[in-house]
Amino acid sequence: MSRIKTTFKGLAEDKKTALIPFITAGDPHPDMTVKLLHALVESGADMIELGIPFSDPMADGPVIQRASERALANNVGINKTINLVKDFRKDNTHTPIILMGYANPIEAIGLINFVDSIKKAGVDGVITVDYPPEESKEFVSLLLENDIDSVFLLSPTTEDDRIQLIIDQATGFIYYVSLKGVTGSANIDIEQVNERVNNVRKFTKLPVGVGFGVRDAKTAKEVAAIADAVVIGSRIVLEIEQSNKDTLIDNIKKLMREMKNAIE
Amino acid sequence: MQPYDLPDQFGHFGQFGGTFVAETLIEALDELRDMYAKYKDDPEFLAEFHHDLKHFVGRPSPIYFAERLTDQIGGAKIYLKREDLNHTGAHKVNNTVGQALLAKRMGKPRVIAETGAGQHGVATATIAARLGLECVVYMGAEDVKRQSPNVYRMKLLGATVIPVESGSKTLKDALNEALRDWVTNVSNTFYIIGTVAGPHPYPMMVRDFNSVVGHECITQMPEIANQQPNVIIACVGGGSNAMGIFHPYINDKNVRLIGVEAAGDGIETGRHAAPLTSNSGIGVLHGNRTYLMQNPEGQIIETHSVSAGLDYPGVGPEHAWLKESGRAEYAAVTDDDALKAFHNLCQVEGIIPALETSHALAYAEKLAATMPKDQVILVNLSGRGDKDINTVASISNISL
Repeated sequence: MSRIKTTFKGLAEDKKTALIPFITAGDPHPDMTVKLLHALVESGADMIELGIPFSDPMADGPVIQRASERALANNVGINKTINLVKDFRKDNTHTPIILMGYANPIEAIGLINFVDSIKKAGVDGVITVDYPPEESKEFVSLLLENDIDSVFLLSPTTEDDRIQLIIDQATGFIYYVSLKGVTGSANIDIEQVNERVNNVRKFTKLPVGVGFGVRDAKTAKEVAAIADAVVIGSRIVLEIEQSNKDTLIDNIKKLMREMKNAIE
Repeated sequence: MQPYDLPDQFGHFGQFGGTFVAETLIEALDELRDMYAKYKDDPEFLAEFHHDLKHFVGRPSPIYFAERLTDQIGGAKIYLKREDLNHTGAHKVNNTVGQALLAKRMGKPRVIAETGAGQHGVATATIAARLGLECVVYMGAEDVKRQSPNVYRMKLLGATVIPVESGSKTLKDALNEALRDWVTNVSNTFYIIGTVAGPHPYPMMVRDFNSVVGHECITQMPEIANQQPNVIIACVGGGSNAMGIFHPYINDKNVRLIGVEAAGDGIETGRHAAPLTSNSGIGVLHGNRTYLMQNPEGQIIETHSVSAGLDYPGVGPEHAWLKESGRAEYAAVTDDDALKAFHNLCQVEGIIPALETSHALAYAEKLAATMPKDQVILVNLSGRGDKDINTVASISNISL
């Protein structure tokens, strides 16, 4: 059983919601990434989304784009991102790592090489933002052959027949994007999220995670009541941006504990 | 031989093109694709489009025999398709008129656009004013500084210009930002992309609206030159003016099609904007698969060209296909050679060409010299160069 599946199963037995923070590999510095990953786990992360830096992250808002820019300035691209996961796995074999990124860096190093490397590094799932199911059949089968989950986004505007199409290719969990916009946008409409997540559940037994607009403990709590996982991205990346290297780990842990307390 | 009918229903030109976007954009693209399919052959829509092209843009644009240039070179006859004579001074307006009319049919009161040098932004602001649509233009902060007259033009036309501070602060970042706006405001907003790139259906739709250029040439060339051209030459950044003149000729295999990219300081220096000529690899950017300027890990790298309109790291996916299939050829011209051709056309023909167009002219001069005098080259004179006089003056160490 995959680490993602095991984690969700354990949480479901305890009637708990997964907390999934997002950070970008190499932000603020490659020396800090593995420390940050461990700090996230210590302060309540059930799984972690790790962003692969990209020069043109068109689905992300300014906060996560700046994180990509900082990482690229530190010469962290897709290969170093994979190596950082490998380093993290030396001391952690239980927390699922989901890579989130864009198609071009993956294609640049080659689909087969990418899947082979991330399997060896201990990656559990991949979200490729600009690979809709129609354009990613080959990639998805490669992932599945290697027991790596292929996580897809669903948006508030995704219609029912398309939800079915996406779910047919998805494994691990479904990532429901809580608003029309980019990561870190305006506040979410919790009633609408509730309605849409319930609709998604008609199509699948896979866990449903919600993200893109969860920026405070109150929203995290509301989302946790609806979803199987709460994804927090821009808020954490903003904390990284606003901390210095002495306060970074403490600030992140404090923020994570607030979120964790809110959803429990 | 089968007639050319690409793209397929998913927007693929062979392995190129497609729809590589986040799920949040899929519904908007589906809606656009359906509405474009509904109107593209609708007689009323087309009548409105051609009415505006005639009375607002000033079409058809003439074809002009560049007699003194031809004599100077001493080879093939050089003809110029005068897109520089359009309202707003370039071919860009053909597409903005088409897309803005579609926006109106779709009931979208707000249009957005990305722009590099500002030509597409000006063309969009122009048609938005004409149709009473709200207009927001995203422009890289670097380009805002370099192209202040066009920024002011857009403002005069009632548009809001938003400088983009992210990434390299140029055209590609403006495109990213416009896509973000569109995702957020999709219910009331139409995104007018300015070139034959982006996700399906944009490369096809922008090509179709610009194809008026090639269709006119098919009628005009026998009248003025007693034949269709032996060679058509056009500059290629994203590639909209080239697709516009190439596309109606694709099935006519007697006509050589040559796209000219920006070699900047020279292909060998790495400081250029010529993904096709430099064979810089295939990847995914801005919603489609195409040739890209990128590093070995797939990060998009900065491009260089004296011409802001060619300064783009990708290229329309249909050009990638035309290269791969061998139907079109691609070459590149350096900043220096483009500047020489710029000055030459000013002095020999009394036409100030855009710096983008000057790349096509430089290649045409070189090729014409190798061809017999009874052969005919048609150059798409895609835009006028008034917008570039500050750039050219500053290169010549002249302050205006």
